[in-house]
Amino acid sequence: MIDLTGLETRPAQTWGAVRLVPLVRPEPITDLRLDAKVYGDELSLVSLPDKSHYVAFVPHAFVASWTGDGTPAAAYGTQLGDPRRQVGIRLHRRMARRADKNRLRFLPLHLALEGFLALHFGGPEIAWEEWSHRAITRGLSPRAEEAYTGAEIRGLDDALRVFEIYPGQCGLLLYVADALASAFVVPHPEDYRALHPTLVRDLYGELIWEYALFHPVRDFPAVLDESRVSSIAGLRAEAVRQEREWAGFHDSVMAAGLLGAPDRVEEVYRLGRFRLSRFLPSFERRAENHIGETITDEDGRLAYLKTFRLSEAQTRRGYLLRTLAAHDWSMAGAAAALGCTEAALGVRLAVAGFGYLLRQDVLDGYRKAARRTQP
Amino acid sequence: MDTYADLVACEDVLLFVNAAITGTGQREFHGTGHEQRFSLDFLHRYVHGNYPDIYPAILALDINDHNAALIIRNVLRAPGAGSGDGRLIAWRLGRMSPPRVYRLFGELRRDGVNNRRTRAIMRDWLAGRRDLAFDAVKYRSAVKAAVRHAHLPLEGELGDFLFAPRSRTRFETPVLEAWRRAHYDKTALYELPYTVAEGFAARHGIDRKTFLERIAPRLTRLERLRLAESGRAGGVRTGPDLADLAAMPLVRLASYVLALPAATREERRGELTGALRRSAARAAGARAGTWGSVAAVLDDSFSSFGSPVKRRPLAVALACHYLLEALAGDYTGLWLSRRTDPLKVRPSGPTPLGQRIIDALERRPDRLVIVSDGWDNAPPGLAAEVLRVWRRRLDPAGEVGVVHLNPVYDADEFDVRRLSPMVPTAGIRDAEDLPALVELATFAEGRTGLGELRAYLADRVAQR
Repeated sequence: MIDLTGLETRPAQTWGAVRLVPLVRPEPITDLRLDAKVYGDELSLVSLPDKSHYVAFVPHAFVASWTGDGTPAAAYGTQLGDPRRQVGIRLHRRMARRADKNRLRFLPLHLALEGFLALHFGGPEIAWEEWSHRAITRGLSPRAEEAYTGAEIRGLDDALRVFEIYPGQCGLLLYVADALASAFVVPHPEDYRALHPTLVRDLYGELIWEYALFHPVRDFPAVLDESRVSSIAGLRAEAVRQEREWAGFHDSVMAAGLLGAPDRVEEVYRLGRFRLSRFLPSFERRAENHIGETITDEDGRLAYLKTFRLSEAQTRRGYLLRTLAAHDWSMAGAAAALGCTEAALGVRLAVAGFGYLLRQDVLDGYRKAARRTQP
Repeated sequence: MDTYADLVACEDVLLFVNAAITGTGQREFHGTGHEQRFSLDFLHRYVHGNYPDIYPAILALDINDHNAALIIRNVLRAPGAGSGDGRLIAWRLGRMSPPRVYRLFGELRRDGVNNRRTRAIMRDWLAGRRDLAFDAVKYRSAVKAAVRHAHLPLEGELGDFLFAPRSRTRFETPVLEAWRRAHYDKTALYELPYTVAEGFAARHGIDRKTFLERIAPRLTRLERLRLAESGRAGGVRTGPDLADLAAMPLVRLASYVLALPAATREERRGELTGALRRSAARAAGARAGTWGSVAAVLDDSFSSFGSPVKRRPLAVALACHYLLEALAGDYTGLWLSRRTDPLKVRPSGPTPLGQRIIDALERRPDRLVIVSDGWDNAPPGLAAEVLRVWRRRLDPAGEVGVVHLNPVYDADEFDVRRLSPMVPTAGIRDAEDLPALVELATFAEGRTGLGELRAYLADRVAQR
């Protein structure tokens, strides 16, 4: 569960299809600070401890600074990397790497995304005869997913530009056509002010890209009940009640899918009293599935959060992999759990982009059987 | 009895007036310059096509120079249009800055508009210039183009200066002679206007500090204001002094104050506040202190920044603050950010208009003035609801007069953004117009019809 205690929801601001809900922290966290490190346009290659590599377009990294004794930490200041003319590949070692004593460099969102891509990356653990030689020896490698950068989401740049940042604001929930696209929380308002523009360099799924094209949203206008007002104090009370109702509605309805999202949490790094972890959702189909990363303090309160909403196809892939793994990669067992035939499962795997895991002759057999049952 | 068509006409005209007061075709916070120009252009065509008799009369109102130039251009371009508005056009041209008039002439030339009326207007305007030789030096190519376009015979050396400057070895007019000598004589260029002298200084390789020091007496008031900060950085004091500042129009002065860094504003607090108060007192004139108790809700949210090319909304709010202070007997100014020091305002934060309107109404003033771009977002629509409930339940007799003034033209709505149908909204550009706008806003409340509006316009035209 994600715990939003200490963050207050404020009225949303809308622009086109984008609805931005600010989160305000009355008491900012001062002993953990974040700042951004902007990289150029080249691809990034990250070597992971298990000797696999993660290649992606990583526009920026975050640097977290913290102190051990609870005294305020200073944000290191946003630096622009030297613009490099030639096309190159930037090499990173590890997703999260200590930059200095009490400073950690990590690649926002890619930490979570790598967790998703590495899901059962090793491939079948038992060499059932259906799996191809390649699947047994090399696993799912290379595994790829695609996403859109914020700059490609129609109207997002303008929405972020005209957004009026609240005093004390430490977070933002970004809705596109009222589908929660991304959540972003930082420890301190000054960090937020510095990192607000980085939202346009983040990743968003295909669903969000499409919603932004076709589904503009409208404000939820305030409505006051005039029969309950008989004095100016009553008018004020009514206005306050209206604001509280919005916050309640937002937290319990609009953001409900996010708060319950984390299903498996993995701790990545310890930063003093804070811990950096990433989470995967339950991959339930036809529901919101968010992957993300968090920094929480010792009481589990949120200091940093960044999420990515999986598209339907990505959810389906996660779901299939997880079901297969739960049944030791046995086609028969997984098919029984999914309530379909082995052949149907084989075709589903192929449609989801995992056809290369199955032996070609087995896959052909599945396709033939599926064709026979269909008409 | 007004017909439905009359009501529509009345509404169209008011909408157009609001647009013509605020819209300048420049980029705003929420819209690009292109959107603004496109929207304004449509509105001009619409009003010109549907109300050809009212369209030129709008020149008599306090609309901005950009729209006045557009109206003049459209009116002159229309073949065989009414001839009664020549005097009004001449009067309006007289109030515009010369560069803008020359630009208008250039546009007329580009459009190929060269009818007798246009030529007569250009001739009369040029004849009315105090010192055409000075213009010929300062706006050389523009004057040349205008003279050529209007087929004006120029007597004496001015014609030679424009069209054959090398044909004479000496000019009798001092400014023309200074221009000729400035080509080779370093000291002569200090007798020229600043913009022209700057070019010669670069040509002679005179360093900036010396140049600024010696040209200082020739600077116009605006140039002095513009060069004050860069000059100070270079150790040159080009002004402006307190008298200069106090003589500025109020919004221009507010813009200057807002452009200063916070520390400088603090340092020169006495001087700046004094200048703002004096300028406001001058704008209020005889009305000073007659408005009773006034409360104002002033928008300093992030959107009041405007855009890098037009940082106007916050300056208008600051100017209104000082003007209302001068007009009112008892004044309270409420900034949205809850800052209390008007000299330190800066655009940041959301727009909780509803809450601040409640704060203002709690004091039960005689008048409530809201200066905002109308993007009420914390929460959205609360201001409209507060005003509605206030009018329905708490003040049905309308004892508190509420007016919303909006400095920003909204390209999508072809109007300034309104807060609530219960409250009149008027566009505002210069704080000096505030009293007249409050007058005009009563038309928007629907109490008066097209007949009165025409009479009002005719009255204003007759005054000009």
